[in-house]
Amino acid sequence: MKGVLNLAKQSNATMSRALQRRENISGYLFMLPSLIFFAGFVIIPMVICILTSLTDANMRDTSMLGNFIGLSNFAKLFQDKDFKQALWNTIVIVVVSVPTVCAFSLWVASAIYKLKGPVLSAFRCIFYLPVVTGSVAVVVVWKWMYNNYYGIFNYVLKGVGIIDKNINWLGDPKFALWCIILILFTTSVGQPIVLYVSALGNVDQTLVEAAQVDGATNFQVFWRVKWAQMMPTTLYILVITTINSFQCFALIQLLTSGGSNTNTVMYHIYFTAFKLTEQAGHFGYANAMGVVLALFIGALSAVQFKLAKEK
Amino acid sequence: MKIQNGSSRAYRIFSIVVLVILAFLFLFPLYWIVTGAFKNGADINNPQPVWFPTEWVSTNFEKLFAKRSAPLFSVGDAIVGPTVPAAIRWLVNTVFMSVMAMLLTCLTAAMAGYSLAKKRFAGRGIMFSLIVCAMALPKQVILIPLLKEMAALDLYGTLWAVIFPTVGWPFGVFLMKQFAEGIPGEILEATRIDGASELKTFTTVVMPMIKPGIGALAIFTFINSWNDYFMQLVMLDKNEIYTISLGIATLQSETTVDTGLLMAGAALASVPIIIVFLVFQKYFTQGITMGAVKG
Repeated sequence: MKGVLNLAKQSNATMSRALQRRENISGYLFMLPSLIFFAGFVIIPMVICILTSLTDANMRDTSMLGNFIGLSNFAKLFQDKDFKQALWNTIVIVVVSVPTVCAFSLWVASAIYKLKGPVLSAFRCIFYLPVVTGSVAVVVVWKWMYNNYYGIFNYVLKGVGIIDKNINWLGDPKFALWCIILILFTTSVGQPIVLYVSALGNVDQTLVEAAQVDGATNFQVFWRVKWAQMMPTTLYILVITTINSFQCFALIQLLTSGGSNTNTVMYHIYFTAFKLTEQAGHFGYANAMGVVLALFIGALSAVQFKLAKEK
Repeated sequence: MKIQNGSSRAYRIFSIVVLVILAFLFLFPLYWIVTGAFKNGADINNPQPVWFPTEWVSTNFEKLFAKRSAPLFSVGDAIVGPTVPAAIRWLVNTVFMSVMAMLLTCLTAAMAGYSLAKKRFAGRGIMFSLIVCAMALPKQVILIPLLKEMAALDLYGTLWAVIFPTVGWPFGVFLMKQFAEGIPGEILEATRIDGASELKTFTTVVMPMIKPGIGALAIFTFINSWNDYFMQLVMLDKNEIYTISLGIATLQSETTVDTGLLMAGAALASVPIIIVFLVFQKYFTQGITMGAVKG
């Protein structure tokens, strides 16, 4: 009897081992096509990025990596005036646009989420349109609207008496960065609004009612109940908006080419790698900037996670 | 209590009014593109904005089409299609690129997402953390190494150089995992006992159940790939291989003055994708939300 039991146990163990093996094989086979692309076009370039940031690799070099030069790219980076200016501009963009995008989209979402189905989706679509339109089309039309001579901004602002002379919006270092932040804003609020609308719809109604019975004002209900429950959504929005603002590139390249004091890190990377004549194609140096940017974003995301968790 | 009701009513009216104004402001650039594309030169260059075209003309499109030409399609050097305006070729390229990226992403991500959600294979946890970490990294940072890699693979200057990295981006896998979590384990167990092969289980049981997720991912990938200007700028170097965004951007740097022509180009680049978005917006909204819920 005991022998039979043991035998059963044994076969059970080999059985489950066989099952596990089968699970491993089929699991990885299903992963395989995706893994090939993920490893080939995300992981490998990431590794190359980090490795080349320690070398003097450049465009003309046939070798992928160039010569090892330690951390001198990074040392050079922190003496590079243009890079520091670009980093500062990028920080301004992030610090201004992230809170405004979050606050604005939260307000819009709370104003529309109770509207009837078709009206709600109409509003949602309209605020999402600038994202779908695509950066090139958006830039082309805004460039026209900002135009010094026949742009609509100068006409309207002169009409209502805010300015009395045409302003060269994109050519003036005082305004250019703010003009870009405005466009970035319109192309950034779409996704947060969609997310907040669904988060508000998912707020636990029993908690809201309980708070109202206890005599909480609308404001308190919003702040203490709804806002607290939407924390994960807010965190996600903060992270994606931060990443998007840091990566602001198309607007700069197409509107000012980094002129009028609008250079950003992302544009500077592109410029160093492809355009700058004196060190044309200095991939190693450009990748060092990329690494710094990635570290910056990573650190910021970590801080946002931590703050959100403490709340 | 009454006062509060009164003030909250006033607030509601106020917020609706502000919302409608904002909606008009958000719609305005698009309106300006579409009407601008059909305005004549005098209307375009009038310092006093012409809110509605005085006459609808097609000259902007004619100029755009006359500007450059390219074969309609080409496979290697052997098969070359009839010569058409370059803008048409750019549209063909963009559609090809977006559709390919969409199909490949949906297929690979559906398989991987199902595997991550339902298969208990060794190393699954590490794999998933790797995917989540990669998603938080700025994707544009790796573009320059990607360029070198594509040159080494002899793919630089082809649409595949734009398509493959899009497929590799792990957001799709993450999204499909979220959807596949919802498949009941008993159903999979039952099909296994019935003796169905793994592949058959996937195509006949899993695929139909995650269809809404695939729809969401498809539309999401299509739109993102259509609009991923930076990647296109870095990878594509010839007129015949440009996408519509890249083509218009190139024209912009050449012709700084001809606004009408640029509006015609912008309309051509944006209207098709907006129509796609409006048709499938239900799936799209779902995709955005699902990606974040547990993110």
